[in-house]
Amino acid sequence: MGEFINTFIQAAFVENLVLAYFLGMCSYLAVSKTVKTAFGLGLAVIFVLVVTMPINWLINEYLLSENGLFGVDLVFLRLILFIAVIASMVQLVEMIVEKVSPSLYNSLGIFLPLITVNCAILGGSLFMVAREYNFNESIAFGLGGGFGWFLAIIAIAAIREKIRYSNVPPALRGLGMAFILTGLMGIAFMSLMGIDPAAFAAK
Amino acid sequence: MAANTVQEAKVQEPLFGKKERKLLTDPLSDNNPITVQVLGICSALAVTSLVLPSLVISIAVVFVCAFSSLITSLVRNAIPSQVRMIVQLVIIASLVTVVELALKAFNYPVYKQLSVYIGLIITNCIVMGRLEAFAMANKPWRSFLDGIGNGLGYGAILIIVAVIREVFGKGSLFAGSPLEMKFIGASDDYMINTLTSDWFGWYSNNNLMVLPAAAMFIIGILIWIQRSRNPKLVDIS
Repeated sequence: MGEFINTFIQAAFVENLVLAYFLGMCSYLAVSKTVKTAFGLGLAVIFVLVVTMPINWLINEYLLSENGLFGVDLVFLRLILFIAVIASMVQLVEMIVEKVSPSLYNSLGIFLPLITVNCAILGGSLFMVAREYNFNESIAFGLGGGFGWFLAIIAIAAIREKIRYSNVPPALRGLGMAFILTGLMGIAFMSLMGIDPAAFAAK
Repeated sequence: MAANTVQEAKVQEPLFGKKERKLLTDPLSDNNPITVQVLGICSALAVTSLVLPSLVISIAVVFVCAFSSLITSLVRNAIPSQVRMIVQLVIIASLVTVVELALKAFNYPVYKQLSVYIGLIITNCIVMGRLEAFAMANKPWRSFLDGIGNGLGYGAILIIVAVIREVFGKGSLFAGSPLEMKFIGASDDYMINTLTSDWFGWYSNNNLMVLPAAAMFIIGILIWIQRSRNPKLVDIS
């Protein structure tokens, strides 16, 4: 359990996917104009990350590795398989949401299929491989990473809603300002690096 | 007979006509993928703290972008529209795998340094965006040029950011490559040693530039400069 909390805090705050690694930047900038849509997209990203990370972990461990099902090193297929899992998961999520809650489906609209090309999702899976997480840690990383992404997009959307009334130079309005704000938020999040996740885990 | 028709087609559409040249140069300025279209910021900003990895990523993106556009454009009429995303992703993923394996074989240190960011070229929105917006509706040669142009436009921004960050953050240029140049810093390896120099004792490299946030600031400022020079690009919202 301690390990789980440790990885969660690490992923959500200390190594925030957006603010420390710039993953998922495209949709982060495109969808952060209002808090409402940012909220929906954030939730969808959390969900997809939590579902795809363990699946990709299982695939990596039992299909692709040398002591897996086929007994051959199939690591070169990793990228293709990971992206295929993500694409099909997003498709599945889309279908489920459409069946279960048509109102949520309508409010998310085009952002659901866009999650496939959100770098944070593939990046999460690739980080999981690079850092050799175990199964529990991969779930924790998915949950924490998604939560961190959610926090970041909500924060920037709120700031952008307010900053519309400020007197920003015309050439900097919109996109330019969003970049600089993200940079400032990145610096602010760096103060969280002082958190020692091990201290939480010990409690 | 077949050769004849090919030649005729070439006469009608010159290989490097005005339109073709525009496809190459447009993404470098007025339609830059990063500063104007806001695509593909995701994967590569974290690698811009040094010039060498940014150069490698840029070359990889030009390669992937150009050839995925070419292949998609060749098979565009055979792709059913419901599964086109998956087909495009498979094409991109195979090309990225080629790049990854080549880099692993030829330059392992850089491969280690870039780690996950090579794989993330797959989800680089520029590649996907160009396939959707251009290659699905245009002829192979033009799509190929469009791919190269957008890859270069992306690489140009990346390298500008990387040069600024490396020179001011680390006091060096091309660190890690045979061309390595060390300008200024606190040891004898550098051309100007700030510890012993009479003139540059006050100077120290800017640690902010090494942080990821610096890339955001530099791109924000680049956008600012570009938009104040070209008011057409200013967005109203």
